[in-house]
Amino acid sequence: MAENKGVLIYGEVTEGKLDSISLELLGIGRKLADDLGQELGAVLLGSGIGDAAKEAILFGADKVYAVDDPVLKDYQTDSYTAVMEKVCKQLSPDILLLGQTAIGRDLAPRLAFRLGTGVTMDCIELAIDPQTKLMVQTKPVYGGNAVAVLVCEQTKPQIATIRVKAMEPLARDDSRTGEVISIPAELDPAAIRTKVVDKVKEEVVGIKLEDAKVVVCGGRGIGGVEGFSQLEELAKLLGGAVGATRPPCDSGWVAAHLQVGLTGKIVTPDVYIGIGLSGSSQHIAGISGAKNIIAINRDPEANIFKVAHYGAVGDYKKVLPSFIQKCKELLSG
Amino acid sequence: MNIIVCVKQVLDPELPPSAFKIDPEAKKAIPPRDRAPVISPFDENAVEAALRIKDVHGGQITTLCLGQDLDMAVVKKPLSMGADELVLLQDNAFEGGDSFATAYALATAIKKIGEFDLIFCGRQAADWDAGQVGSGIAELLGIPSVSPAQKIEIKDGKVVVERVVADGYEVVEVSPPALITVSNELGEPRYPTMKGIMAAKKKTVTVWTAQDLGLDQSMIGASAAKSKMLKLFVPVREAKCEFVAGETAEEFGANLALKLREAKLL
Repeated sequence: MAENKGVLIYGEVTEGKLDSISLELLGIGRKLADDLGQELGAVLLGSGIGDAAKEAILFGADKVYAVDDPVLKDYQTDSYTAVMEKVCKQLSPDILLLGQTAIGRDLAPRLAFRLGTGVTMDCIELAIDPQTKLMVQTKPVYGGNAVAVLVCEQTKPQIATIRVKAMEPLARDDSRTGEVISIPAELDPAAIRTKVVDKVKEEVVGIKLEDAKVVVCGGRGIGGVEGFSQLEELAKLLGGAVGATRPPCDSGWVAAHLQVGLTGKIVTPDVYIGIGLSGSSQHIAGISGAKNIIAINRDPEANIFKVAHYGAVGDYKKVLPSFIQKCKELLSG
Repeated sequence: MNIIVCVKQVLDPELPPSAFKIDPEAKKAIPPRDRAPVISPFDENAVEAALRIKDVHGGQITTLCLGQDLDMAVVKKPLSMGADELVLLQDNAFEGGDSFATAYALATAIKKIGEFDLIFCGRQAADWDAGQVGSGIAELLGIPSVSPAQKIEIKDGKVVVERVVADGYEVVEVSPPALITVSNELGEPRYPTMKGIMAAKKKTVTVWTAQDLGLDQSMIGASAAKSKMLKLFVPVREAKCEFVAGETAEEFGANLALKLREAKLL
């Protein structure tokens, strides 16, 4: 087998445009490739990739490998793994990076097992060891209570997924040039054993949680649907969005897609306000990028106060109305 | 439907972070003495998903668990919830295995169990949060997988899965045999009944070692691992919380708003 060379990122495309995770992948991928003195490639799969291929060059890729085929319209484990297996065997990359997204979480391990190599999921930091030239992978474990540093020494490619919003994208540079190479999918449709029969989009009212500058989160302590309407009032007042920890989602008080945390949304607002939530590690993992953390909780020992910058200890039912009232006064005055 | 559910015993993830300790030399978490381990929460969701199918269609549920220092009262919980059999893969030789080594051992055990229609796993374990073992088992067995599910139903012999994606869900159809990983959106797992607990206590558990599975040293534990851990540490959190002053809850609320204005956050 030829020597494995180059850094390859798996870029995600929605309606002909690169997703933000793809830009983050290009950013870290560029850095690793430069440290190794190697090329950065981006592989894009889908149906109707359009200008995304050129865009990937402007954001850091030297080469873009586009696999554009109607059979790849929907993400399906079988089809995407088969195509990525083929691409990896053809290109023999040293490193392959994916996003810790719905696609990456499924594709990365399946592909790694198929290629007989290791993968580290949900990395928050990646670097090249100057001596060994191996990719050093840093990943939170135990819900963020600990951090592990790993390497994949024996097998290639070294595969990792990166946490959403953990890496910085590069600024778009319109002077960058690169090459777009088309790779045929050559898939036997009979080899795809799953079928996507429907897609249901949850309606987002107001600002998207991931994009919000202010995020107001509620936990089990909110007690029910009614409590969340107060959180919505506050979020609206501050121009933010409402999120929740796992219990309110599981109990159906709020929609499942509002879950913030390790397996839900990762948010990076300027201001995060956590109300009636203990601050489980799994939730903290989703808010660690918040610039300012504010907490309201009855229990002064609650873990949320260990990460909060400002806190109020008390029953939210009594604290919140006066907080909202004062915010209104200050904002109008 | 015959369903195999893979479960893992983990440190209780609800353990307050202040009580979480690691041994940096051994690169392992230290189990607290006063707190029993639990079945990883997403794995309990997987057990619940299997039970819901059994409720409607009948069949047999076998739970499969790999680990060391297994607490019988903990790993028998799926039985007390309503699962039929429990197979433990317990052998010190499994020590130090990563997702790759674990999936290999579990896939080998599944082949030994023999007949199954579906395999369920939790979407990821609450300790390493890797979420690789399910995909790995499916790949090693050469069967399709759907991940992660919030609902699983059987219709006309097909498995209809609601797969969670960022902005909603997709409905995916697959024919058995297949592997499905389960997420918390499925809903709360049921509590064991007293009758279930009594029955689980009496239940004989199958225990297999690496040798029983015909696995040699090179295929299991640390020697089969693809990834090597260099370091494990507890991150330092530097935030110091400033608590607002006040006599009443109402004052706390108003003072918090004033504090935020002072900090130019409002």
